[in-house]
Amino acid sequence: MSKTILYVLLAAVALIAAIVAGLYVFGQNSEELANDMSRDMQTRAMPELPVSTPAAPIPGAAGQAKQFAGREVTVVSWGSAYTRSQIEAYHKPFAAQTGAKVASIDYNGGIAQIKTQVDSNTQFWDVVDMEVADAVRACDEGLLEKIDPAMLPPAYDGTPAMQDFIPNAIQPCSVTTIIFSHVVAFDTTKFPADKQPSTLADFFDTAKFPGKRGLRKTSPKINLEMALRAAGVAGPDVYATLATPEGQAKAFAQLDKIRKDVLWWETGAQPPQLLADGEVAMTTGYNGRFFDAQIVEKKPFKIIWDGQIQEHDVLGIVKGAKNKDVALEFIRFATGTVPLAEQARFIAYGPARRSSLPLVSIHATAGVDMKPHMPNAPENETNAMQVDAAWWAEYQEELNLRWAAWLARG
Amino acid sequence: MSIAEATKPRPRKAFDLGSAGTIAFRAYCLLVLAFLIAPLLVIVPLSFNAEPYFTFTQSMLQLDPTGWSYRWYEELRNNPQWLESVKNSFIVAVFSTLIATVLGTFAAIGLTRPNMPYRGLIMALALSPMIVPVIIVAAGMSFVYGGWGLKQTHLGLILAHATLGIPFVVVTMTATLSTFDRRLSQAAQGLGATPIQSFFEVTFPLIMPGLAAGALFAFATSFDELVTVLFLGGPDQVTIPRQMWSGIREQISPAILAAATLLICVAATLLILVQLAQNQQKSYGGMKS
Amino acid sequence: MDMTVTASQALRADLSAAIERTNKRARSSAFWMAMPLVAFLTVFFVLPIGDILWRSVYNPTLSEVLPHTTNALVSWNGRGNPPIRAYNALPQDLINAQSKDILGKAVTRLNIEMPGFRSMLIKAARSADQLSAPYAPAFGALDSRWGSRETWVKFKNAAEVYTLGFYLAALDLERNVDGQIIQKPQEDSIYVTLFLRTFVIAGLVTVLCLFIGYPLAFMMANTTPFWRNSMMVLVLLPFWTSVIVRTTAWIVLLQREGVVNDLAVASPFFAETERMDLIHNMTGTLIAMTHILLPFMILPIYSVMIAIPPHYVRAARSLGASAPGAFWQVYLPLSMPGVGAGVLLVFILAAGFYITPALVGGDSGQMIGNFISFHMNETLNWGLAAALSGLLLAGVLIMYFIFIRTIGLDRMRVA
Repeated sequence: MSKTILYVLLAAVALIAAIVAGLYVFGQNSEELANDMSRDMQTRAMPELPVSTPAAPIPGAAGQAKQFAGREVTVVSWGSAYTRSQIEAYHKPFAAQTGAKVASIDYNGGIAQIKTQVDSNTQFWDVVDMEVADAVRACDEGLLEKIDPAMLPPAYDGTPAMQDFIPNAIQPCSVTTIIFSHVVAFDTTKFPADKQPSTLADFFDTAKFPGKRGLRKTSPKINLEMALRAAGVAGPDVYATLATPEGQAKAFAQLDKIRKDVLWWETGAQPPQLLADGEVAMTTGYNGRFFDAQIVEKKPFKIIWDGQIQEHDVLGIVKGAKNKDVALEFIRFATGTVPLAEQARFIAYGPARRSSLPLVSIHATAGVDMKPHMPNAPENETNAMQVDAAWWAEYQEELNLRWAAWLARG
Repeated sequence: MSIAEATKPRPRKAFDLGSAGTIAFRAYCLLVLAFLIAPLLVIVPLSFNAEPYFTFTQSMLQLDPTGWSYRWYEELRNNPQWLESVKNSFIVAVFSTLIATVLGTFAAIGLTRPNMPYRGLIMALALSPMIVPVIIVAAGMSFVYGGWGLKQTHLGLILAHATLGIPFVVVTMTATLSTFDRRLSQAAQGLGATPIQSFFEVTFPLIMPGLAAGALFAFATSFDELVTVLFLGGPDQVTIPRQMWSGIREQISPAILAAATLLICVAATLLILVQLAQNQQKSYGGMKS
Repeated sequence: MDMTVTASQALRADLSAAIERTNKRARSSAFWMAMPLVAFLTVFFVLPIGDILWRSVYNPTLSEVLPHTTNALVSWNGRGNPPIRAYNALPQDLINAQSKDILGKAVTRLNIEMPGFRSMLIKAARSADQLSAPYAPAFGALDSRWGSRETWVKFKNAAEVYTLGFYLAALDLERNVDGQIIQKPQEDSIYVTLFLRTFVIAGLVTVLCLFIGYPLAFMMANTTPFWRNSMMVLVLLPFWTSVIVRTTAWIVLLQREGVVNDLAVASPFFAETERMDLIHNMTGTLIAMTHILLPFMILPIYSVMIAIPPHYVRAARSLGASAPGAFWQVYLPLSMPGVGAGVLLVFILAAGFYITPALVGGDSGQMIGNFISFHMNETLNWGLAAALSGLLLAGVLIMYFIFIRTIGLDRMRVA
């Protein structure tokens, strides 16, 4: 290697190093600017808040030494906009009240990571935010701690938790926090104004509505249900059909129709991103994420509520969790009336407590009324169905394998 | 020979392709070189994009200063996760390099002795981490290291990366030592130096450049490695590649491009250091003849 | 006279003993120099590989979690009615397993053997302490599948401590109720396809690297030092750059809204609607892997070419060979050791790839490494992951030995 080349390379590296060093000077200022801006935004948003941030009536909290000062609890959730809503509604007030530090980790669902931790007795997670089907399965296999429903606080008016929560929200190992919905959304600019898709079947019709489609890769759940519904199976019959080999074949055949146009996503943050980047024209995803992109980021997206599939999202505690006491208190706190309602100010998911519903009002920063964006708003629910968690607990593993094989065949 | 070459700097034209053939051939090679380097060249300017896009915006192409910014570098600097990953990467790479270099160098000294027993077998063992697919090793390690309580520890990753770096140290060190003239250290001892003196005064300075090159290879191996990190590392062992991995899979933000640009700089630095070491080696080699 | 002979003999014997001692010391000192590395690699590298190969045939889960039931099935040959002893042993086994919190492991293992076992077992475990003899009908009342022969044959299969079952599964085979080995149904078969695809991708990448890399190596070996060094930098910089960085670069370049598609659309040949799918499929995997592995092809070929004395070719030319003739008959054979080393390296590295296909492979670009990871981390079917690893390792080693045989280890050079 001749000296000349060395010097040229050295100079190039030095140049880039200098540029990067420059950002330290530059960065100082712009950071302050960013801080100012966010402070501005907060103060501007403040007066619009009808519900105060939880100065919640949690008995005996004030004045005492903080219950969990110096402790930590690790909460695992789905990342991005959803985790942000939980940090605002649960983590921050919980930390302020109990003195515990809340560490947040992202994951993409499934029970494998919990199982690995429990089997090897290396629980570094405490609380996990799960889809209810996974929670039922994990509970069956002894991977989650039992949760005593008696510890859940009553509603404001004294209604006991058992009556305050919507049906099926309280399971042996988990408590539902929100109802979310799997929906299809599309970029309105990708279709002519007079020919916008409006039904779930349109998602599977690439002839009439050309363009790439986004589907979730990590689980057959929802993909198979949507395929069957688009193939004409009525909502109440979906799981009975899917239990038969013919029904499964029908679902996969429906997916095969759009197979070559599919782009796969794995995390909840990806579908709106794929739409925004123009990588897909339509995609499945979580309604709250689309809401965030639509309302907060002002993207030209539209949600197709037809054929939406609702699911419970729950909190559970990893069996043998190192901070079980803090974790239990966290769940007790987070599933209270106020934090649940508070969360709905940040993301369009329906709270699991009836007493929270009246408190749901206006988005924290965008200032829009949240009610029409909720999955359980009457006008959105005309053709909705619910995920059958028990059914999936039974069939998940078998279908996961078949799904993986179908995917890999390409 | 070297003088003859220096006085005759013309290329060794053994094949004459004719002018059209030569041009076509050169164009092909140019394309190959472009293929090799273009991806790296594209990432660097895009990391200064003012917009969260992965392609050149109009204002970037017009060299409008508002189209360019440091914002993704700031994001790196202000993100504790990225800073933590830099720290982890360096801790793991430095210690695994130390282990690999010490073990590899001693083994190479033994392997280049004329009367080494089982040379072929030991050489095959030392090189096997290069041959066995890392995914298999990582899967095995996750069981065995898990049983020893080394999973989700820095130590576990350091040991894993040390095994992967060893072949590079052994290869460079055996090459260096086989060109090293052992009579030099023997002469030093004949002139009254103790074996330790002769090692530090004579042998070590001569093999130092090779040692440095091997260590840099091991360092780069650890610094780049992702598979064992995915299988062995926990939330406290997130390295730069691991951080990039989750970044790409979750939400590909241009901050990743900024990190990638910095890693390209690291690569260029390592490359330069290795070349310097090898130049040094060559000049010793020249001394020897 | 006698005296002198004996003396000189003794002297000679002494001397040879001394030489022998010195040699021995030298041998043992050389050996001990390499010993720490041998010990280190044995413990931290060979042992893990041994462990995973062991796991591909050794599976004690069920005999540990449900020992009595497993025992009761040993003498049953799988024909006729399931043994009453197994029904009788199961309730106590279930109760014990639950109290030790290890039932989940049995559930996972059995569900791998037969989907549906999960709910049968969990239901049975919940009511295990309320069941009473006779147990066979009691279990049958919980779930009719407990009465079928197939259930217990699958149970017995899963209970085998030493089993080839995982290797069967890794080859898309299974044992039917009568113990015959049969093909799995088409919708559940994938691994043979994946192995073929893995070796096809590895082969294609190798061929691409060879055709792209050989001319460049030739150019580098036959040009002025200035150009040689300049080109060397362009080859070495990607070589030293992290795989994940280069993969990211290709994502940025190739995605639908990426640089390549933008250029194509800006050109007169592509319309906005004709953006190409260059990534998240086989194409993306091939492009990115070829780029990542190209230096591993160029460097060994170059290092062999640079050592080919130019007068060999000149001699051939002066003896009347044409330029192509001299290349084919003299230069190419002389460069073969480098080609062999490059081909071997690229093929072996490509066959084990995991990161790049995971990020740019979409679904049709997935390789066997991705499924090893899938079963390690998602389905937790570790035995199957181990069997897939065993087959992949066998494939790689076979390739390795074929190449060593044809080329020779000492003739291959890396970097």
